[in-house]
Amino acid sequence: MSSKFTENAVPVSLPFTLSLVGLLVAAVSFVAGVSTASVFSEFLLTVVGGAVVAIGFAYALISVFGTARAAMVVSALLGAVAGAAIGRLGGALAGLLLGTAVARFIFWIHYREYRRPLAPYLTSEQVLWHYTFRFICGAIFVFLITPILVVMPLSFNAQDFFTFTPEMLRFEADGYSLKHYRDFFTNNEWQRSFKNSVIIAPIATVLSVSLGTLAAIGLSQSHVPGRRAIMAILISPMIVPLIISATGMFFFYSWIGNFLEGTLGLNKTFVGYVKVILAHAVLGIPFVIITVTATLVGFDRSLTRAAANMGADPVTTFFRVQMPLILPGVISGGLFAFITSFDEVVVVLFVGSASQKTLPWQMFTGLREQISPTILAVATILVVISIALLTTVELLRRRSERLRGLSPG
Amino acid sequence: MKLKFLMVTTAAAMIASPVLAADMADELTIVSWGGAYSKSQLRAYHEPYSEMSGTTIINDDSSAEAVAKLRAMNEAGNVTWDVVDVVAADAMRLCDEGLALEIDHDTMLAAAPDGTLASEDFGDLIVSDCFIPQIVYSTAFGYRTDLVGDNPPDDICDVFDLEAYPGKRSLEKRPINNMEWALLCDGVDKADVYSVLETSEGQDRALAKLGTIKDSVIWWSAGADTPQLLADGEIVMGSTYNGRLFSVIEEQHQPVGMLWDAQVFDLDGWIIPAGLSAERQARALDYIMFATDTQRLADQAKFISYGPARASSAPMVGKHADLGIDMAPHMPTDPNNAKNTFLYNYEFWADYRDDIDAKFQAWLAQ
Repeated sequence: MSSKFTENAVPVSLPFTLSLVGLLVAAVSFVAGVSTASVFSEFLLTVVGGAVVAIGFAYALISVFGTARAAMVVSALLGAVAGAAIGRLGGALAGLLLGTAVARFIFWIHYREYRRPLAPYLTSEQVLWHYTFRFICGAIFVFLITPILVVMPLSFNAQDFFTFTPEMLRFEADGYSLKHYRDFFTNNEWQRSFKNSVIIAPIATVLSVSLGTLAAIGLSQSHVPGRRAIMAILISPMIVPLIISATGMFFFYSWIGNFLEGTLGLNKTFVGYVKVILAHAVLGIPFVIITVTATLVGFDRSLTRAAANMGADPVTTFFRVQMPLILPGVISGGLFAFITSFDEVVVVLFVGSASQKTLPWQMFTGLREQISPTILAVATILVVISIALLTTVELLRRRSERLRGLSPG
Repeated sequence: MKLKFLMVTTAAAMIASPVLAADMADELTIVSWGGAYSKSQLRAYHEPYSEMSGTTIINDDSSAEAVAKLRAMNEAGNVTWDVVDVVAADAMRLCDEGLALEIDHDTMLAAAPDGTLASEDFGDLIVSDCFIPQIVYSTAFGYRTDLVGDNPPDDICDVFDLEAYPGKRSLEKRPINNMEWALLCDGVDKADVYSVLETSEGQDRALAKLGTIKDSVIWWSAGADTPQLLADGEIVMGSTYNGRLFSVIEEQHQPVGMLWDAQVFDLDGWIIPAGLSAERQARALDYIMFATDTQRLADQAKFISYGPARASSAPMVGKHADLGIDMAPHMPTDPNNAKNTFLYNYEFWADYRDDIDAKFQAWLAQ
């Protein structure tokens, strides 16, 4: 690989490479300096010193080594040794990666490798924008994903705090443990809240999907009077701030609960579930209405007339003709409704009592009162489940598309 | 086919729910603070009680909002809590508003093993007719032993000394305790603290003293915040409940030390919400009778370093159940720790809390 680009590589001017490397390292040290240095001179030293060291290092690498590969090996070794001195195994590994990346970057700049994948007629500005754009996209991705990824190693923490302990950073086995996962699977409170979530979310989803789909179909008929107003009311739970809906729901469902318990004599716990499920169904309905309405736009009404013409009654027409065609919208609406209920913490805190405590509720109070990494273990489990669910749905979708011949292979 | 599926699922759910509800019929919802504290209650009270009576205990860690939530539940006529753990000040408020059941301490609570009536055994700690005392705790400071060098803080005013102890400190996001400490370190005599704090100038003086460290303060609102910040090394010292610090030091083995100077004692205990059905009230009282007897209160001290509220429990406090260390030196009431203490001044704060709170919040926002 190295021979491929060194044979005809024309290096850029040395000052260009050195000033670019110096500038980048100065930018990194600027961030480091802002967060660590307490006086201005220290800060200045961090920035200037970092840049000078980087320039010297780049100059040495370029003048000693002709190929990127040799420079990368030496730089990786140097990085590993320096890293090991600071943070043992973990530091060594980080130093190894950093050293390799730094050397690769210096040669990438110096031998104009950045030009290689691009069209030769691009101006310098266009090349700069090409890489800036990629950098911005990468940064957005990093900011979206890092908070989720950080949680995962922390959930294996051997201590009861949200902290990367020195043992963890040195990759020692003592620093890690499965005890928070054990806690989740053995602790009654966590198990109860998990069970509650598994009971409440599916039933609320079934309710929202049935009611939401029917509402969407009804509202898509042009002869329904005041359908815009009805639509606005049905969608309002999504628009009104949750805390306001929750306060209203608290009083409304307390009243319903009192009626069910007092007048009808139903069991208190059962009534509690009914209240939370109804409240969550209301929150899920807007998602179903919106997705199903969107799918109905592409639904050809002459199909229902054709079905009627062939003797099918409206119910048969709905299940045999309309439903299969709008099913993707119904399913994605259902997924949203499920996730809304599964993630919801405000309404359940207001409407539910402790015997309806769901996972988000338990996580919320846990975060505030005890900061236990069990929360992180649960979060990791939930992320894995969500990824598995979405992957399954996507695979099923592709399979059905393939079977219906909509897309190749 | 789809319709059938929907009907089957709904029917299954309808059948499953009452079955599920049936197992939970004999249940008790107990509200407490969470964390190490709830765990100590779980082991000392809930587990033995469930085993004895077969009652399922459901924990709701909502004590921080107990007053607001109980008010709302009462207004909606739907109180879902059976027993609530609150600090003494909240118990007084709830009792005044008629939201808590008045307790006849002698008939509703167990007598001490030697026959002493409960009201005598608890003594002065029964600060309200609705309040069933459980523990004496204190708010004290913990500091990172590795960040203070050879000169560990031993005076409350070290909290205000940014030169000797540079770094962040955490304080509770409310005026109570902070104002007293600030005045004490601004040269006010301990005996005069509350008379100075009554005046507007005195309040400004306390805030001005707090202002000298405001830039270095992280304000906490949950008892678990300071332990987390100490474990992270983000703060050099911070105030929290002494039991939380005990857990950080002895159970989590973090490099943290105790600064007991000017610790503020407070009481925590149970109330039973007013207006429960007779059956639920009887169940709650049965639990309370069990959980506040001499043995149970002494048992709790095996799990967390809070002092039992009964005089008869004190001699029974022994070693930590899991660590096997003597609990006495970790108690806020131990003579070595209690050289200089405050007692939460209920009367003063009942009268001045709203005014000083408003002033404090405005000052925080500046």
